[in-house]
Amino acid sequence: MTKVGIIGIGIHPFGRTEGRTGLEQGAFAIREALKDTGLTWSDMQFAFGGSDASGNADTLVSKLGTTGLQFINVKNGCATGGSALSSAASAIISGEFDLGLAVGFDKHPRGAFDPKPEEWGLPQWYGEQGYMITTQFFGVKIQRYMHDYGISELSLGRVAEKAFENGALADHAWRRAPVPLDEIMNSDLVSDPLRKFMFCSPAEGGVALILASETRAKQLGLPFIRLEAAVMRTRPANSFEVFQPSASLNVGGTATAIASRDAFNKAGIGPEDIDVAQLQDTESGAEIMHMAENGFCEHGEQEVWLAEGRTKLNGSLPVNTDGGCLACGEPIGASGLRQVYENVVQLRGQAGKRQVQGNPKTAYTHVYGAPGVSAVTILSR
Amino acid sequence: MTLHQIKGADEGKLYAAVDSESGHIVFPIDDLDTRDMKLIELNGRGELWSFTVQRFRPKSPPYAGPEEFTPFVVGYVKLDGQLMLESRIVNVAPDAVEIGMQLELTWVPLDPDRADSAMVHAFQPLEG
Repeated sequence: MTKVGIIGIGIHPFGRTEGRTGLEQGAFAIREALKDTGLTWSDMQFAFGGSDASGNADTLVSKLGTTGLQFINVKNGCATGGSALSSAASAIISGEFDLGLAVGFDKHPRGAFDPKPEEWGLPQWYGEQGYMITTQFFGVKIQRYMHDYGISELSLGRVAEKAFENGALADHAWRRAPVPLDEIMNSDLVSDPLRKFMFCSPAEGGVALILASETRAKQLGLPFIRLEAAVMRTRPANSFEVFQPSASLNVGGTATAIASRDAFNKAGIGPEDIDVAQLQDTESGAEIMHMAENGFCEHGEQEVWLAEGRTKLNGSLPVNTDGGCLACGEPIGASGLRQVYENVVQLRGQAGKRQVQGNPKTAYTHVYGAPGVSAVTILSR
Repeated sequence: MTLHQIKGADEGKLYAAVDSESGHIVFPIDDLDTRDMKLIELNGRGELWSFTVQRFRPKSPPYAGPEEFTPFVVGYVKLDGQLMLESRIVNVAPDAVEIGMQLELTWVPLDPDRADSAMVHAFQPLEG
């Protein structure tokens, strides 16, 4: 089968950029990725791209060049980037193309996301009564998880502390200053037991990845980071999700566990083989739960892992090496591709002060979002 | 603005429907064609599975609660043999809420200061 991989990466810094639209941030990221390869826009045979709230990706052709390429828009919530990447990989594996790109961008207004009940198949009363709040779900899920598996509030704080430490070392991060653990633990409660510094915020940013077949990459003489797996999956019947007026009595399944299992099967390796991981951390409890849902540890072991710093940059499995969503913010369409961008930087050994030591060879990304979707990628070099 | 009430609120009852093929209990059913489904009433008692405290006023629209905001508790209540129901948890201080609490169904006005307020399903600690 044709091998597919990433040969170029570009990012528009995350955070807030006044006077620049989400679409322009997407165009910026594409130009950066092209610069990374020495290729031009007219070399691109196809693109998959999307944003959640910042317009149609295919209109990027008027900024970058009307070359006639195939450009397919993707709108898949938090899995938008993952779905664009998965589709781009399939387009190359199928043999139809051998060079193209995936792009994701967004620009959200300040404050919590503002979903409408009818767009999620929910009755009006659900929103009127104050249930249409993503942070509620995160609070409820981690509260039960802490009860079941003995995770402490301090562990929630440690995840946030690590995120801001790492973010301070990443040029593309939004929050660039460390926050002391006691300040995190004393910040205001938002959705108990989660506090202000334990949540990421909607933000802005753009990421582009250029993909090629291995054969084409060799012809071009460009470094090739192999995309071993890029899968997107939806939820099982017994999952507990955002915006769920009722759930099964035997909750336990997750979209993440399905995506993770299928990605590892495709790659032919297991969690123990991964050298660096980017896991969805829309809040610090999510990173903790996702460590186990993706198979990196047993439920409950996170308490020891975090106390011993195993997920820090110098730990046995560094997690969210650029500060993740907590430090970068969450532009929905770009967020999943940022994780892949960061992994390529780490695998190339170009991460500077945040470089994971020991010459990492495999890297893992994971996103999760409403209404119960997950996307996972595995890279190797 | 007319507020939307959950089906059954006028009688103080919560309804769900049984999917004849899968046997799954479906809730809510407000926007569902239930002609071929069996309607059931949800249990009025249950156990708290988990909860959080909503500490900031949700955006309006869609939120239609009082302008002056008081934090409220949202939880999931295990209704034996049926499902887990998302609900307000009321008549208990947020700090006193605990996983495993035994609860009973009650109804409270969404906005106590409005005469035409929608009635909202909620669970409160079971007496005794």
